[in-house]
Amino acid sequence: MAVVLILALLVVGSVLFHMMSPWWWTPIASNWTYIDSTLIITFWITGVVFVGVVSFVAYCVWRFRHRPGNRAAYEPENRRLELLLASGTAIGVAAMLVPGLFVWNQFITVPNDAAPVEVVSQQWLWSFRLPGADGKLGRSKTRDITPENPLGVNKNDTTGLDDVIIEGGELHLPVGKPVHILLRSIDVLHDFYVPEFRAKMDMIPGMITYFWFTPTRTGTFDILCAELCGVGHPQMRGTVVVEEAADYQAWLEQQQTFTQLLASGVPQPAN
Amino acid sequence: MVEIPAGSAHAVPAAEVEDMELYHPKSWWTKYVFSQDAKIIAVQYSVTALSIGLVALVLSWLMRLQLAFPGYFAFIDADHYYQFITMHGMIMVVYLLTALFLGGFGNYLIPLMVGARDMVFPYANMLSYWIYLLAVLILVAGFFAPGGPTGAGWTLYPPQSVLSGTPGGQNWGILLMLSSLIVFIIGFTMGGLNYVVTVLQGRARGMTLMRMPLTVWGIFTATVMALLAFPALFVACVMMLFDRLLGTSFFLPAIVEMGTQLQHGGGSPILFQHLFWFFGHPEVYIVALPAFGIVSDLISTHARKNIFGYRMMVWAIVIIAALSFVVWAHHMYVSGMNPAFGFFFATTTLIIAVPTAIKVYNWVLTLWRGDIHLTLPMLFALAFIVTFVNGGLTGLFLGNVVVDVPLSDTMFVVAHFHMVMGVAPILVVFGAIYHWYPKVTGRLLNDVLGHIHYWVTFLGAYAIFFPMHYLGLLGVPRRYYEIGETSFVPPSAHTLNIFITVMALVVGAAQMVFLLNLIWSLFRGREAGGNPWRATTLEWQTPQTPPAHGNWGKELPVVYRWAYDYSVPGAPEDFIPQTQPATDGVTREIMA
Repeated sequence: MAVVLILALLVVGSVLFHMMSPWWWTPIASNWTYIDSTLIITFWITGVVFVGVVSFVAYCVWRFRHRPGNRAAYEPENRRLELLLASGTAIGVAAMLVPGLFVWNQFITVPNDAAPVEVVSQQWLWSFRLPGADGKLGRSKTRDITPENPLGVNKNDTTGLDDVIIEGGELHLPVGKPVHILLRSIDVLHDFYVPEFRAKMDMIPGMITYFWFTPTRTGTFDILCAELCGVGHPQMRGTVVVEEAADYQAWLEQQQTFTQLLASGVPQPAN
Repeated sequence: MVEIPAGSAHAVPAAEVEDMELYHPKSWWTKYVFSQDAKIIAVQYSVTALSIGLVALVLSWLMRLQLAFPGYFAFIDADHYYQFITMHGMIMVVYLLTALFLGGFGNYLIPLMVGARDMVFPYANMLSYWIYLLAVLILVAGFFAPGGPTGAGWTLYPPQSVLSGTPGGQNWGILLMLSSLIVFIIGFTMGGLNYVVTVLQGRARGMTLMRMPLTVWGIFTATVMALLAFPALFVACVMMLFDRLLGTSFFLPAIVEMGTQLQHGGGSPILFQHLFWFFGHPEVYIVALPAFGIVSDLISTHARKNIFGYRMMVWAIVIIAALSFVVWAHHMYVSGMNPAFGFFFATTTLIIAVPTAIKVYNWVLTLWRGDIHLTLPMLFALAFIVTFVNGGLTGLFLGNVVVDVPLSDTMFVVAHFHMVMGVAPILVVFGAIYHWYPKVTGRLLNDVLGHIHYWVTFLGAYAIFFPMHYLGLLGVPRRYYEIGETSFVPPSAHTLNIFITVMALVVGAAQMVFLLNLIWSLFRGREAGGNPWRATTLEWQTPQTPPAHGNWGKELPVVYRWAYDYSVPGAPEDFIPQTQPATDGVTREIMA
């Protein structure tokens, strides 16, 4: 009967582990608390099912274990029970799916006032581009990349001349303002991932992908690459600083624009 | 409870075709090596798959050593680490699990369980194995090639898989991997067509589809799926080979690699992902469905009770198989595909939970009011239920698109898929081996060694993968050679990593006990007799054990009832073999 005891312990142990685990999500720093809420709903529903099913198995093994003279019941089907269980499951699934899709709709609908921020990835470095005073990013493409123009910004597009270019440095963002993160890669797949923001998205050469969020607290956060991009994958780190608007402006003014970058004529270090 | 009309067995139809002419081996070579007997081919498949699986096991040890003790083992550098995870993943999914369930169990069980003399195309069946072996050898050649095997991750996502920043990308590694997969798929197609046609055309008289054991249903459906899914991988491999060797740009857009403009342009990396997962998601069920089928039969036999809701179980298998072709992009929620797809794929993915849950309910309801014998196959089946429920439920996190966003590409995903398509199906493999080993060899596996193997494997694997979910929740990304300095990973997470590694070493060691058991029992195991589990299905009713070439002696079996007549009220024994005619008035059957 060891197996009954072990199954019961496994249920209790899993629940205790869940409640006492020191390993839990990082304190959130974006508006995506809805994602956390959906996750909690999912934990509750799945947790109840797990405890229920495994406990039932343990009970059955104990109650219906073989003893001399025992004989199993003969019951091939039970339509009503099967239908009942299937409907119950469908309701549980819907209870997770509906809020999930609702939040997903928010996740992919970028608000109009979100400021564009471009993140450009390469093996194994993060670069960033912020719009200048015009609030617009200039066009860019991979074919235009040269040592002097590391992000391939179109020199003939006037909206791009005042773009701020940060190669391999820190990204700063103002707190409380929604940002539209535009993602580009110039070589292989990467993924812009800041655990505290809850959002992430792959970056694909030849495409622009995106997500949006609003930073909700100031602080310094790690940027990691979450899509295998070669041997340097774990070393591909960056930093994003969320700060008050005034500090952000002060920082922004110190960064060089695309025009300044071209004028300096100095090839930037590749790594 | 439905009314079950007594004595309603269909009349047994007359034989439509003559008995099959088999090739009779003329020498030791054609009997044991180039054999056309599905049972020998099954053993060849199984031994090859388990051997290459051992390589994957050792690779998992090495990567766990690196994660627990980063930098301590000088020979595990970043290149090697990525090569280890890639080869581990590909071996486990394709070369071990697919080959073992379909090539191993499929070959052994399909002809015996449906009452055929052999597969319908024995020669193609033999070729299938030898081509599979060739695929394995090409795969292994990667370890000895200049630059080593590919380190692109088992998903082989371009562009990195064919570029120089990835081990084997501009070397032999990726070429050998792609070639090996292509060869594997060719070999599999020969075997797969055999399994499907044998089930459809080779069944014994009276063996209607709705009388087949669920094992056959699981393997049959999985094979149909594989025949439809593998071609997507096949073309993806061919296209990537062209990109790498001939300078085409199927998957490669304009790229600046380490400061150099490459001569590619216009291709789509995401196209590869769609092709890969159009194969890759059904692949999960190609592994899972045979496990579902087998575990149903293990539970039924060892609980001495008919499987609960047989018809629902069959339809659940078929529905899962169909749905699994429209869920593939749930692997790609954060891939950058059109995000509107998320609505569709999240919905289909969560719908698949319903038929899957029905299967789980029916397994546990089979235990209800059963007469549960805690044999090793039953113990492994119970462990399967626990791990599969656990891994299936975490699938509801990852399938629900917005919940997937923070969790994707983290250790949560690694924990989830190991639990659900690694641990759970492998527990079924073990249960199945303890169950059918007596038929294959005539001897039972040793019980004491079996219990040691069972407890360490079940509890150890759970201890490895259950806590791992929480590392992912914390945000630890997968496929990291080392996590290094971060602001959000506490030192306690490292302690957990050491614990997981120690458990992985222990669970790995327990598999040596299993191997020892397999070899020892071959010579010293207790004699099993023809039907040690008192089971109903045809493979236990063969005139000889192990069954001879042709399986059935002179007369093919005739089937009079479904596969689950256990503990039928009024019957003298608690099982009635499928071959027993309905003369005693106690035959019961679900009307199809």
